[in-house]
Amino acid sequence: MTTAVAAPPGRTRTTPSPKRPPGRQARRWLIRIASLVTALLLWEWLTVTDVTAWIRFDRLPTPVEVAGQLWTLLGDPLYYLDIAQSLVRILTGFALAAVFGIAAGIAVARSWLLSDILQPLFEVVRPIPAIALVPVAILLFPRNEQGIVFITFTAAFFPILVSTRHAVRALPAVWEDAVRTMGGGRWRVLISVVLPGALPGVFSGLSVGMGVSWICVISAEMISGDFGVGYRTWHAYTIVDYPAVLVGMITIGVLGWLTAGLVELLGRRIVGER
Amino acid sequence: MSLAFHLEDVSLGHGSEIAVRGLDLDVRPGEVLVVVGASGCGKSTLLRTLAGLLPSLGGSVLADGAPITGPSPDRAMVFQDDALLPWRSARRNVELPLAIRRIPRPQRRATAEQWLGQVGLGDQAHRRPRQLSGGMRQRVQLARTLAGEPRAVLMDEPFGALDAQTRGAMQRLLVDVLKNTPATVVFVTHDVDEALFIGDRVAVLAPGGIRTIVDVPEPRDPATRGTPLVRAARESLLAALFQRSPA
Repeated sequence: MTTAVAAPPGRTRTTPSPKRPPGRQARRWLIRIASLVTALLLWEWLTVTDVTAWIRFDRLPTPVEVAGQLWTLLGDPLYYLDIAQSLVRILTGFALAAVFGIAAGIAVARSWLLSDILQPLFEVVRPIPAIALVPVAILLFPRNEQGIVFITFTAAFFPILVSTRHAVRALPAVWEDAVRTMGGGRWRVLISVVLPGALPGVFSGLSVGMGVSWICVISAEMISGDFGVGYRTWHAYTIVDYPAVLVGMITIGVLGWLTAGLVELLGRRIVGER
Repeated sequence: MSLAFHLEDVSLGHGSEIAVRGLDLDVRPGEVLVVVGASGCGKSTLLRTLAGLLPSLGGSVLADGAPITGPSPDRAMVFQDDALLPWRSARRNVELPLAIRRIPRPQRRATAEQWLGQVGLGDQAHRRPRQLSGGMRQRVQLARTLAGEPRAVLMDEPFGALDAQTRGAMQRLLVDVLKNTPATVVFVTHDVDEALFIGDRVAVLAPGGIRTIVDVPEPRDPATRGTPLVRAARESLLAALFQRSPA
């Protein structure tokens, strides 16, 4: 006779997973920080000792030079104006892309008529890199600003559209059937099944969309902007101010990371645990 | 309160694929009719047609004399598995048919809790479906279906995915819960013993229509299991099930 009996499957799922020991969490953070610090030290060593082994590091600014430049710029109102300008552009374009991308994704997934009308257009426009639309944007929009937002919008629109479409199509039919046999109509199915059911997929589209938006807003600013982080970085390059170029790059990196984190956080908040 | 179905010379199937032809069937108001048949004989198709999720491919399908043209909250369905919305708690799943009927929130909540209590899950109301066992999920689904006060309940092998022990417990629970509802029940299964325990009548479905309908002696009384009358009913059901259809 055995005395120990395996817990029924229903029980094991409800018990919370054991908490990780705090020491291990701290060690993992230490490793993450050490990784960044090591990269900085390597950069410093390569540039200070002027390593030239086919790739040349003798002309690249050192981290200390870049930090000095960053410090100067942190005291310059123009730096913040540029950041604000880029953020406004990207958030406007991204918000528009989120609204239209999710709506179009659901429409195309749920209606064969809308799918037949819109899908061919989408398939032809989708492969065009958004940045290739700069000349068209300049023609179409009265102001530069609107052109840049348009390009950011187009860049984020397609990943959001495609992810939403896939997520909606992958929903189990039984959820919709159940709601319909409770008397739910089209709108009820949309609000109670399609939207919440597709949310995880929608958020993965939003994450990708945010990344692509940054690529495009910076590129568009480099080509046609007169403000913004991208414009400022390109401008620094044209006057051979390399420390400022690197500060621009780091700024873009940090902003991209922050906005992606925001989308992630929002996703976890809204989608929650399932 | 209870709904009656009348089917005459009905063809059932998906699109151009006909699964059943020449089906005649009357479901009496308030009864529990169990439909048995080999897998693929069109049992689920019959239920989905009664639910209004599938159009019939010919003949007339009437609910209380009116043709069925689409789904209605009068004819609620219990599915085999995983029909609960995973992002809603058990209670919020049960509230769904009430929300669709625009019943005010406090009342919705009270009704849902009362139904969860009926299926023995009063203390699990806050849990999400994935935190519940398969049997518990089917109990939540049953509570959700009945909370909408349908006039007919269509059950598509609701215990088919459960282990034998849970299955037996669920059958007893269902019999208990059905005492409190006037709804007509059409219950599909491939298990003859389940059919004889739950049903007032058991119909054997085949691609050529209903082969036979057997009245269950002393329905839903566990004490009659294995009595000569029930054994005879079982024999005639099995004979009809395994009879070869005329070529």
